[in-house]
Amino acid sequence: MKRWYMLTVVGKDRPGIVAHVTAALYEGGCNLGEASMMRLGDSFTIMLMVQHQGTAKSLEQILETVIDSMDLHMHIDAIEGRLHQHLLPDVRITVFGADQPGIVAKITGALSNAGLHILNLESDVGGSDARPFYIMHIEGQAGAGLDALRSALQVAAGEGVETSLTAIDTLVG
Amino acid sequence: MAVLEILAYPDPRLTQESQPVTEFDSALRAFVADLEETMRAGPGAVGIAAPQVGRVQRIVIIDCSGKKNLVSDHGRMVLINPEITEWEGYAVGREGCLSVPDFTGNVIRAERIMLEACNEYGEPLQFKFEGYEARAVQHEIDHLDGLLFLDRLVSRRNDLFKRKPYK
Ligand SMILES: [Zn+2]
Repeated sequence: MKRWYMLTVVGKDRPGIVAHVTAALYEGGCNLGEASMMRLGDSFTIMLMVQHQGTAKSLEQILETVIDSMDLHMHIDAIEGRLHQHLLPDVRITVFGADQPGIVAKITGALSNAGLHILNLESDVGGSDARPFYIMHIEGQAGAGLDALRSALQVAAGEGVETSLTAIDTLVG
Repeated sequence: MAVLEILAYPDPRLTQESQPVTEFDSALRAFVADLEETMRAGPGAVGIAAPQVGRVQRIVIIDCSGKKNLVSDHGRMVLINPEITEWEGYAVGREGCLSVPDFTGNVIRAERIMLEACNEYGEPLQFKFEGYEARAVQHEIDHLDGLLFLDRLVSRRNDLFKRKPYK
């Protein structure tokens, strides 16, 4: 029986990583599921659901050659999850401002206490080494309502941090 | 009355261009009743278009009245041969579709539109829609032109800013 694995691949970024890794998986008879792939710093990172007939060990063998030849690292976990388990976000939060120690912990901590379940978070640091700024987009589910999140965000953000919170009301038609 | 089968992407029939309605008869109204029942059977749908059930005619039903905080709310509407005559502004919003199960995405739509259409008796109507309701109408009219919200997706990563108005 085919089962799902979570494949993590990290390595120094260069052109062709996605093409080579997915070609090896295809030739090994695997199916691909949901994925997040992006360049962070000068690394390229892949988190990918892979459906494979066999053990984690045999999946590793399918990938060994490409991983070694492109100087990448991989990690494989068997997962219970499968496709079509999306949760719908009902709130979108944006935070940006001068980078400061602990800003992520402070804001996500306050939001978590106010009932937020983060489904997707993307963040980036722009500016320069001397004057970095931090920007974060969050989508999630507001377990205790939007007002709770709004006040938590206001308290946690403090001086010089811009925040916005918008309801996501998904239109189905 | 009957709940009709909803076509799911990638069914090629969803990409056909629908034809104008010419006969406003009892057969049309019977179909509209079935289409509305189908829309109400879908979880939380605020609109439906005839091609979603395989009938390639320019018929849509909209009903956003169950939603909170609407800027414009005309309740239940049957819009036949609808034509958008004016567009204004734009906004990013999240959309899903009865014909695209288990996927939602961000789509840019005009914020305000003017619309001309007929009801199921062939009587001409004019509307001004704004916000969520305008989005619903644009989503459904896309179906009549063989388009899905998948054709209009924008990235999740970079365009989520709630833009501040220019001063
Ligand atoms: Zn639709």
